[in-house]
Amino acid sequence: MSDDCDAALRAVLGDVLGLNAARLAALTPESALLGALPELDSMAIATLFGAIEDRFAVVFDDAELTGDTLADYASLLALVHGKRPA
Amino acid sequence: MIVQWPCPGGDEFAVAIDRGRRFRLLIVPPLFAEMNRTRRWLNGTMRALDLRGIDSVMPDLPGTNESQQPFAAQSLHAWRTAMARAARHFDSTHVLALRGGALVFPNVLPGWVVDPVSGSTLLRQLLRARLIAAREAGRHEDSANLLELARSDGIELAGYDCSPALIAGLDSARPLDEGQREIRLGELGGAPLWLRAEPGDDPAQAERLATLIAAEIAA
Repeated sequence: MSDDCDAALRAVLGDVLGLNAARLAALTPESALLGALPELDSMAIATLFGAIEDRFAVVFDDAELTGDTLADYASLLALVHGKRPA
Repeated sequence: MIVQWPCPGGDEFAVAIDRGRRFRLLIVPPLFAEMNRTRRWLNGTMRALDLRGIDSVMPDLPGTNESQQPFAAQSLHAWRTAMARAARHFDSTHVLALRGGALVFPNVLPGWVVDPVSGSTLLRQLLRARLIAAREAGRHEDSANLLELARSDGIELAGYDCSPALIAGLDSARPLDEGQREIRLGELGGAPLWLRAEPGDDPAQAERLATLIAAEIAA
């Protein structure tokens, strides 16, 4: 999994959730997102997926916007990575 | 300060810093939640512009903020008419439109647009937020069906009572910029506050936006 994908995804999370550099750096693959971050309401989730689509030039299906995808940082990174051309 | 201005459908309010100066900037804010997320920052930008000798006014879009008009009666057309009226009332010489504000700003004025966004992008985001909320509540909704319903009957999205006319407008509207300069986020530095889940502020970014406008307005 490429480092630039990881860095860009952290940056998008920082923009949408207003996380500072220390909190972003502390994100590990196991870091829980949904449920752990009170900022992640339905509007924030929709904004987050929109921002990821813009940043990575990918398109998500509605069916992909589930709690499972946002369970932890690894699951979100895997979704984004899977969308990008190899 | 807060001032009133005459708008079709009834008087509206605006934040204004008006010292009768030569350069008079109309600020057309982003739409929906993005408007709230950027309000403090834009107020800071207005104060920074004031220190650089530029008057500015940020009118409420009818149905939003302090407006007495119902949101459900609004459309992009109504907002466009209102912003054109505000530009005349305040003798605006230039315009700054942000995000969805670029769908409704008076594009006969010279000025700037910041990260303009299409109506369909905004609508998609609002529909998605509703789908996600429904899913969390254990209901299944489908975006194609929701959009059909929205087009015929209107729909509540993220607490906004959207009329069929507003939905139709969003569905097809593209940014109206025509000769205005597009300001990219890279020029402003910092993070895009219009995306942030909680309303925030970035005074340094507001200073940079004001500095950039002041340099170009006099050029």
